[in-house]
Amino acid sequence: MSALPQAGRILHLSWESVMQKSIQKYFVLFALPGLICFAIAFLIPMVMGVVLSFFKFTTVTDGTFIGIENYKRIFINNDFTSALWFTVKFTVVSVITINLGAFTLAMLLTRGIKGTNAFRTIFFMPNLIGGIVLGWIWQVIINGVLLPRGVTIVSDPKYGFWGLVVLMNWQNIGYMMVIYIAGIQNISHDLIEAAQIDGANKVTMLRSVILPSIMPSITICSFLTLTNGFKLFDQNLALTAGDPGKQTEMLALNIFNTFYGRSGFEGVGQAKAVIFTIIVAFIALTQLRLTRSKEVEA
Amino acid sequence: MKKSLLIALLIVSVAMSSVLFAAGAKEAAPAKEVYFLNFKPEIADVYETKIAPAFEKETGIKLKVVTAASGTYAQTLKSEIAKSNPPVIFQTNGPVGLAESKNYTADLKNTEFYKILSDKTMALGDGEKVLAIPYAVEGYGIIYNDAIMRKYFALPNKAVSIKSADEITNFATLKAVVEDMTKNKSALGIQGVFASTSLAAGNQWRWQTHLVNVPLYFEVRDANIAMGSKVPEIKFSYSANMKNIWDLYLNNSSTAVGLLGAKSVDDSMAEFALGQVAMVQNGNWGAGQILGVKGNKVSDADIKFMPIYTGAAGEEKYGLNVGTENYLCINSNASVEQQKMADQFLTWLFASETGKQFVKNDLMFITPFNTFKDSELPTDPLAKDVIRWMNKSGVSSIPWAFSMIPSEEWKNQFGAALADYSVGRKNWAEVEKVAVDAWKTEFKLTN
Repeated sequence: MSALPQAGRILHLSWESVMQKSIQKYFVLFALPGLICFAIAFLIPMVMGVVLSFFKFTTVTDGTFIGIENYKRIFINNDFTSALWFTVKFTVVSVITINLGAFTLAMLLTRGIKGTNAFRTIFFMPNLIGGIVLGWIWQVIINGVLLPRGVTIVSDPKYGFWGLVVLMNWQNIGYMMVIYIAGIQNISHDLIEAAQIDGANKVTMLRSVILPSIMPSITICSFLTLTNGFKLFDQNLALTAGDPGKQTEMLALNIFNTFYGRSGFEGVGQAKAVIFTIIVAFIALTQLRLTRSKEVEA
Repeated sequence: MKKSLLIALLIVSVAMSSVLFAAGAKEAAPAKEVYFLNFKPEIADVYETKIAPAFEKETGIKLKVVTAASGTYAQTLKSEIAKSNPPVIFQTNGPVGLAESKNYTADLKNTEFYKILSDKTMALGDGEKVLAIPYAVEGYGIIYNDAIMRKYFALPNKAVSIKSADEITNFATLKAVVEDMTKNKSALGIQGVFASTSLAAGNQWRWQTHLVNVPLYFEVRDANIAMGSKVPEIKFSYSANMKNIWDLYLNNSSTAVGLLGAKSVDDSMAEFALGQVAMVQNGNWGAGQILGVKGNKVSDADIKFMPIYTGAAGEEKYGLNVGTENYLCINSNASVEQQKMADQFLTWLFASETGKQFVKNDLMFITPFNTFKDSELPTDPLAKDVIRWMNKSGVSSIPWAFSMIPSEEWKNQFGAALADYSVGRKNWAEVEKVAVDAWKTEFKLTN
């Protein structure tokens, strides 16, 4: 009797190990199509990019190794640091305004007002327009607004800054709003009812019930707006192109201009791009960890 | 397991990338096609709709023309040249541009195209090699509308004693005329004397390259520096002259100073074509932009050039800024057959009867080739006027000293400083400092 289960276990084990073996055998084969795509579209360019940042080159297939010279050359002037600072300022302001705006709209549009769906659609629509087009449209609008004062958006960097903030808000609030609406609608009615019975007023309700419950949405939205802000390119290019004199140039545009705009600086542009990637990855991961720790299970 | 997989993947990816690029370099373009990366957006249409079909009809070779957007040629070339089907004919703007593309520029010494160049010293080379051949001589200065000028000189209350625009031969006279015209602008029916001083992104070259050429040339002339040599630093000794003309442009413009950041060269040329302004600084390449504008109100006979006067001593003896920034190169990485076809196309364009008609009537180039007779020089008013100034006795042309500017970055920084000055965020001393300091750093970085 005692031998039987033993035999079963052996059988079972061997069956499992056979399965495992064949999985191991074919895993590579099945994963291959995906891996090849991943390699071509992501891994190879990334590796090449990092490698190239240590080379002096004009075309990407032909260069000479120069060590960390490119990284040193980033700081021969303060272009990069001023672009970094401008980007940080822009990102801080736009993350706050976009999320506040989106959350407010989401709260308004989940109260069952008439025409909610129409409003949601309308607020979402700007997100469907491409960045370059938006940049041009807003450039015309802002120049029109500034016309009576006899200036244009490139007369002073502050116009460019606030122009970018307005543009990003207009484009992104609708998208973030949809995410917040999903979060708010997911809050269980029992929870809200219980809070109401307990006598929670509107502020308490918001602070202790709604906000903790939509923490995942907040994580996603702040993550998206933060990285979007840091990586902003099209809108920056179309709205001001960095004018006046690079003072509204953000990181991505600065990298682009270094790579394509200055002869002999391709490698420096590449080095900047590597640093840029590290910064964005670091910020995004830190932020993700911070907000994740606040998430609660409803 | 994971680690070994990653390593395997890396090896595969590296191996694959080398295979990919090796294949990319050798991959041939479709048979019988020459890829020409055109520099001049203003004449892109002519290449695409007239020249390419005619060339294909006569020789069976397809001409693929791609035109880089204004101000983006260098970056377009850089990315196109790395592609599997790179341009065979491309353009370079002079020694600085050529230095950058030297690695893939073919020797043109044995081409037919080089043989038709009348003055062989005009070509750019490296040692024995001939790398770039100029195809158009150009001149720029202040283009004026003589009809408006005549109207001004007929005014009973004019404040100057001279009677025609021909008599303006120095800055003092120019300034007196321009400022008096501004006072009388409603009587003259214009919005300003000068067209908008375009300062939009990519539209500053009329100032940071062309206008600055005048003070730059006087400085290197005084220092006995030969054209085309390397200049490690400048003093910007004629800076006050630059300020003279720059202030005159800004204060007598059709557009308020604060709004110039939104104006493009096209806007300025359109203002001139529509008769809203009397003068615009540009070169003979702008003829198409004046003659081709819908509702053009300037008659051909009234479009004339005058030199850019800045108040430098002896400026009466100088004419227009004449030179070339247009050289053609052939890509040495293209197949031999393609290089031959490129030579065939260029020779066809500048030596065959059909080609020459296009050059004369549509491209409107003043060419440096011996295949053109005097009767075949371009007939547009600006080119004719450039030739008139070049041959005028007692006046010599100002060469294009701006080819000595160490880098594009210098131009950009200087342009930004001029823009800042125009809206009052920099004073002139700061502009001067940018010009001098940036020159020094840029020279160090690029040499």
